[in-house]
Amino acid sequence: MGILTVLIPVSLILGGIGLAAFFWSLKNRQYDDPEGDARRILTKDWDDHPKP
Amino acid sequence: MSAAADIPHAQISACPACAVAPSAERLAQLSAPTEARLMLSLPTAHCAACISTVESGLEALPGIRSARVNLTLKRVLIEADPDVTPDRVIADLDRLGYEAHELDAGMLSATETDRQGRELLMRLGVAGFAMMNIMLLSVAVWSGAEAHTRDLFHWISGMIAIPTVVFAGQPFFRSAWTALKAGRLGMDVPISLAIILASSISVYETWHSGHHAYFDAAVMLTFFLLAGRYLDHRTRAVARSAAQELAALEVPRAILLRDGTEATVPVAQLMVGDLVLVRPGGRMPVDGVVVAGTSEIDRSLLTGESLPVYAGPDQVVSAGEVNLTGPLTVRVTAAGRDTSLFRMAELVAIAESAKTRYTSLADRAARAYSPLVHILSFSAFGYWMWTTGGDIRYAINISAAVLIITCPCALGLAVPAVVTAASGKLFRKGLLIKSGTALERLAEVDTVVFDKTGTLTMGAPAPTNLADHSPADLSVAMALASASSHPLALALAGAARAAGVEPATLSDLREVPGYGIEGEFQGRLVRLGRAAWVGAHPLDVTATYLRVGDRIAGFSFSDTLRPGAEAAVSGLMAQGKTVWLVSGDATGAVRDMALRLGIADWIAGALPAEKAAKVAALTAAGHKVLMVGDGLNDTAALASAHVSVSPASALDAARVASDIVLLGRDIGAIVDAARIAVTSTRRIKENFYISAAYNVVAVPIALVGLATPLWAAAAMSLSSITVSLNALRMK
Repeated sequence: MGILTVLIPVSLILGGIGLAAFFWSLKNRQYDDPEGDARRILTKDWDDHPKP
Repeated sequence: MSAAADIPHAQISACPACAVAPSAERLAQLSAPTEARLMLSLPTAHCAACISTVESGLEALPGIRSARVNLTLKRVLIEADPDVTPDRVIADLDRLGYEAHELDAGMLSATETDRQGRELLMRLGVAGFAMMNIMLLSVAVWSGAEAHTRDLFHWISGMIAIPTVVFAGQPFFRSAWTALKAGRLGMDVPISLAIILASSISVYETWHSGHHAYFDAAVMLTFFLLAGRYLDHRTRAVARSAAQELAALEVPRAILLRDGTEATVPVAQLMVGDLVLVRPGGRMPVDGVVVAGTSEIDRSLLTGESLPVYAGPDQVVSAGEVNLTGPLTVRVTAAGRDTSLFRMAELVAIAESAKTRYTSLADRAARAYSPLVHILSFSAFGYWMWTTGGDIRYAINISAAVLIITCPCALGLAVPAVVTAASGKLFRKGLLIKSGTALERLAEVDTVVFDKTGTLTMGAPAPTNLADHSPADLSVAMALASASSHPLALALAGAARAAGVEPATLSDLREVPGYGIEGEFQGRLVRLGRAAWVGAHPLDVTATYLRVGDRIAGFSFSDTLRPGAEAAVSGLMAQGKTVWLVSGDATGAVRDMALRLGIADWIAGALPAEKAAKVAALTAAGHKVLMVGDGLNDTAALASAHVSVSPASALDAARVASDIVLLGRDIGAIVDAARIAVTSTRRIKENFYISAAYNVVAVPIALVGLATPLWAAAAMSLSSITVSLNALRMK
């Protein structure tokens, strides 16, 4: 049973990280242009360094 | 402090002339662009290469700081120096090979920050996270966790579930509260009751080391229903943003004349008494009186007349009319909210609110469902109180289980899932569904009323009797027509060129705005233009007249059919619908069009009120009417019809009044819309039957007290998945 005291917090923390990442992506307007973003990864622009 | 105080002072002294010349100041202020952010529509952008071509192409230009393409909305947002004008950027994009239109950023700002959608998505994310974690623990309980382990798991579930329900369930609680305050029982009342009851009873059971806790059910309910809510919201948001984009395409600008200078200003800043210049091809921004210039104006969007009308000094013009041949200077008599165009749009709003509200299928289902669920739950409570001799804990457990199991997960998903699938399909066919219940109403239609000009026709004329004229006349007419930009002249010149006619050589060509073109041909005066000016007897169809010496010839025109018009009419007739043609145009033109399309019932010369009366009469006779129209004269009829469609080229007021907007040029899509509407309504009903079938099985089990949290979870997810799959079956 001792394993539960480790596993339950671990699963909650991992899930929480996922949730925080979701909030972050939402706040950063990552879902405003899903179609454009899907195409953008195919271009070679800004492959070396991010757009300033 | 002193620096801040100095700034306004400095501004005042910077323009000492402003105080003495307020009109110059206003002009300077009006013409200076205040926005450095431009938004352009890019209808042809579609690929990864488009993105980089447009962005790098624009950013290479001087004055442009950044450009970002949004491919989903087909727009580009540009941040630039204040002196960069949209016209220049549009010209640059045209050079890059992309068609671009300016969008009114002010009108689109509401869609930019879709707060409501993001809020719903955030609640959905929280509910999903909580649901997965609680389910993990619940599965452990269901598979046999005992005593303290079970209690521990219930406690942890509760600690996740309670904050989640409080946060994610708010949309339901809020709308349930409004419904209760108004004395109604909406779908959200039983939903909220089930969520609250399930959570509180689980807390109580956990406290007393009970066997069953419904935390997973409460959170799952919230998740599934939020998913339905979000789908619903998205469909409407997409339609709304597309509709707003159509409205934003018409950037309201006018050319203001003041002290002999021209300045382009927003229409909203025009005042009564201002002088406005309207160039050929431009639309009247205001109501007014012509003070200088002669021209012809096209009033088809307002009245349905396809024949242009003469306009000269002292002629009264209304906002929305299109100036055809010569520049006109107009003194503003009414601007903005006082124009006849705006008043008409307001009439539509009044007509819309007065029209009997259609109750959607979902509302009708909820109306039958809510009382039934409450009665079932309360009678289960009463029965078990009586049987167990007052065991309130057991009785509440049973009635909560009934509420949870009957809860309309499937019902809440059934309609949004079908409407989303159907609207997506129709959007790809070029139809924009603006109203949530438009599809259901379209499925009931048995009579279709079409407007003619601009709806069944493109509003672009084509000559019909070229073959009746001698080659000599044709070549003179072509030479004259080539010198003008009047729509009839353009059509005549184009058709003559297509027929291989060689233009005659004329001298002294000149256009008389509002009348026609004249010139000299082999020493004789030749004229092409209005009947009275040429000296001809007017025909009863749209026509222009040619005079060569003493000989007079008439060229008749008819509107070119909109692509798909024939298919639309015959397709709708094949579906067993009655088709009417009701137009404000002259009898001859309407009769020809009705014959050409095989429409037996037609009315010509109908005034706006008569159109609406015709629709009302058909409705009174028990018909469900679909009105298809584009002009201001159709708006009243559009608003009073059971369901209405307008093309994207329609006036803003007409598009606002209609439920469905035709984005493409092809009107044949209406037939598909009618067919898809029937299928989607059938799917919605099927989904209701499916959820009813689940309840028929599950409710008796809950009533006799055999329902466990595992049962509730299984029934809920199975029915939700079935209705979603059924919705996707849409063809």
